[in-house]
Amino acid sequence: MITATGSTIYVSRDASAQAVGADRVARAISEHAASSGADVRIVRNGSRGMLWLEPLVEVVTPAGRIAYGPVQVKDIEGLFAAGFLHGGSHALKLGTVEDIDYFRKQERLTFARVGVTDPLSLEDYRTHGGLRGLTNALQMAPADIVTVVTDSGLRGRGGAAFPAGIKWKTALEAAGTRKYIVCNADEGDSGTFSDRMLMEGDPFVLIEGMVIAGLAVGATQGYIYLRCEYPHAHAALKAAIAAAYANRLLGDDILGSGRSFELDVRLGAGAYICGEETSLLDSLEGKRGQVRVKPPLPAISGLFGKPTIINNVITLASVPIILDRGAAYYRDFGMGRSRGTLPLQLAGNIRHGGLVEKAFGLTLRELLYDYGGGSATGRPIRAVQVGGPLGAYLPESQFDTPIDYEAFAAIRGMLGHGGIVAFDDTVDMAQQARFAMEFCAIESCGKCTPCRIGSTRGVEVIDHIVANRSRGSNTTLLRDLCDTMINGSLCALGGLTPFPVLSALEHFSEDFAPGRSPSAAEGTDGLERPPRDAPLPLSAVGGG
Amino acid sequence: MSKANRNIPLKVEPQRTPPLPPEQAAAVRAALDLHRDADGALLPILHSIQDALGYIPKDAVPVIAHDLNQSRAEVHGMLSFYHYFRTHPSGRHIVYLCRAEACQSMGARELEEQVKRRLGIDFHETTADGQFTLEPVYCLGNCACAPSVLVDKTLHGRVDAERFDALLVEAQEAQE
Repeated sequence: MITATGSTIYVSRDASAQAVGADRVARAISEHAASSGADVRIVRNGSRGMLWLEPLVEVVTPAGRIAYGPVQVKDIEGLFAAGFLHGGSHALKLGTVEDIDYFRKQERLTFARVGVTDPLSLEDYRTHGGLRGLTNALQMAPADIVTVVTDSGLRGRGGAAFPAGIKWKTALEAAGTRKYIVCNADEGDSGTFSDRMLMEGDPFVLIEGMVIAGLAVGATQGYIYLRCEYPHAHAALKAAIAAAYANRLLGDDILGSGRSFELDVRLGAGAYICGEETSLLDSLEGKRGQVRVKPPLPAISGLFGKPTIINNVITLASVPIILDRGAAYYRDFGMGRSRGTLPLQLAGNIRHGGLVEKAFGLTLRELLYDYGGGSATGRPIRAVQVGGPLGAYLPESQFDTPIDYEAFAAIRGMLGHGGIVAFDDTVDMAQQARFAMEFCAIESCGKCTPCRIGSTRGVEVIDHIVANRSRGSNTTLLRDLCDTMINGSLCALGGLTPFPVLSALEHFSEDFAPGRSPSAAEGTDGLERPPRDAPLPLSAVGGG
Repeated sequence: MSKANRNIPLKVEPQRTPPLPPEQAAAVRAALDLHRDADGALLPILHSIQDALGYIPKDAVPVIAHDLNQSRAEVHGMLSFYHYFRTHPSGRHIVYLCRAEACQSMGARELEEQVKRRLGIDFHETTADGQFTLEPVYCLGNCACAPSVLVDKTLHGRVDAERFDALLVEAQEAQE
């Protein structure tokens, strides 16, 4: 029976949910409700992060929000017949969302509201704890805000893991009347989508974090540099910023305090390198996104030469809860020097792909099997790439590594932005190594010779090895080339591309044996050069 | 300038280029008017022009450069650096196929071959009927539902050859 107030149904608006049919499902529910006279209100929320269950449909009942998924349009009639508006039984019924194991075991701090609220409702945002951090910050001296962030142990979530508080302190102490807060939303690493999910699922928390950062260092202008591959996030941010201005969360009188902060979204244009902070700043200035030499640090001389805090989306979005609950609350999560939580992203060939926010310290194996449920194809997981295209490929023997910045560094890996891409045993690791070099060649900004030219030479040398042309000397040459790139590049693109290559060579050397990967020598990307019979002379490597 | 005073840099004349067709000139002017005064205006200006016209005509380069008091090299440098900007018209629909690792782990390499065969084109090319342009992309942030394809602004997950065929039909129907 439909109550007088009707039923509230949540269907995610997250891009990943839309990509598997959430819009069609929402439309079908509303059409069916209209034709059957049911009073239904559909809220398009963010995603709970259980992406294999999308499109996930949640129905509000006295017993909580009951979930059904993955729902397709053909299921709608059956769901209505089963009385899903009151939590009726159905093959797709999953129970209350919070009791689903995958979700229940998480520690959601930064993502506390994602999937729970209507992302564009400021009222929802307030009701669920939003703006408390900012309200506190407005009562604090700038240096005290910075101290709280420092004490929380928060480190940059973009990948470099630099302590946020130190960056903020540098910017606070830098002289200048004009300072900037820049949010790096150029989430280009394959296997990562936490920034996107947050911007689509709770954009106000990012805005709040940026306003707090502005108060902390005395900046009144912020920019979100968003990659253009994220049209859904762009729409969400534009709408949220407009609502924030309308409700004095942005503008010249923040929450009636007389303090001001202006915020703009700028779209990138498909350059991976612009995720590197100095390239991003050049791009924001309207130039080619080329890496700058550091020093000077952006905190001292950043955007337009002014002191600039540049932080990743998740870093800035973690600030409000720290200012709300205090540094100790956040710091008590985690292990070693990795404090707080990390929103991890399970991606690629994984059965239960999605977002898992957990305190640092759980192992890769727990993530892959307890959460991920093994591979999507049902075959053994053979290799895992953690930290995006510049992260090492890890073999099964390293799956017990805890999620911790230092533990990953110790195995020459990188936690990066927390993306985890699983591959089953059909993967050809020589191909993956080749792709790492190919990607670097496509995306290099061109400033450093080892990166610009070394990557193209790397593709060729791997092709020679796989084709069994002077294997021994070419393998030596490849290692030598990697060494040149690691030590001779300004930024992480040239400096880290060798890690996936070397890890593939080290842990999966059998894949480089002749006959293993016939296709590697005949790729289709236009980067190929005519095969050479002799190994490249050493002078061709990295010399420019 | 006459020969006599060629060593005196009196004024830099913008290089003569053919005038833009009216529609293009209007789009360029609108983009400039909208963003000229913003800090770092060039990036939003180029986006704005591409949004309006589908591409950035090469002949717009001197117009933009002159207006912003930048060199043509600076504007051209932007166009050649960023993969997203195009200087030629695309097909009616742009198919962005993800080539990155998460999609590879779910068969994107095979899908890429199938898509190229199906459309009869390689990356950066347009089908003979002008319907589809194929572009590579490196991550669409849909890595748990791979392989991913973005058709214009619509994202699709778990795409295989069969699903891809359906997407082409959907895209064409959507426009009608």
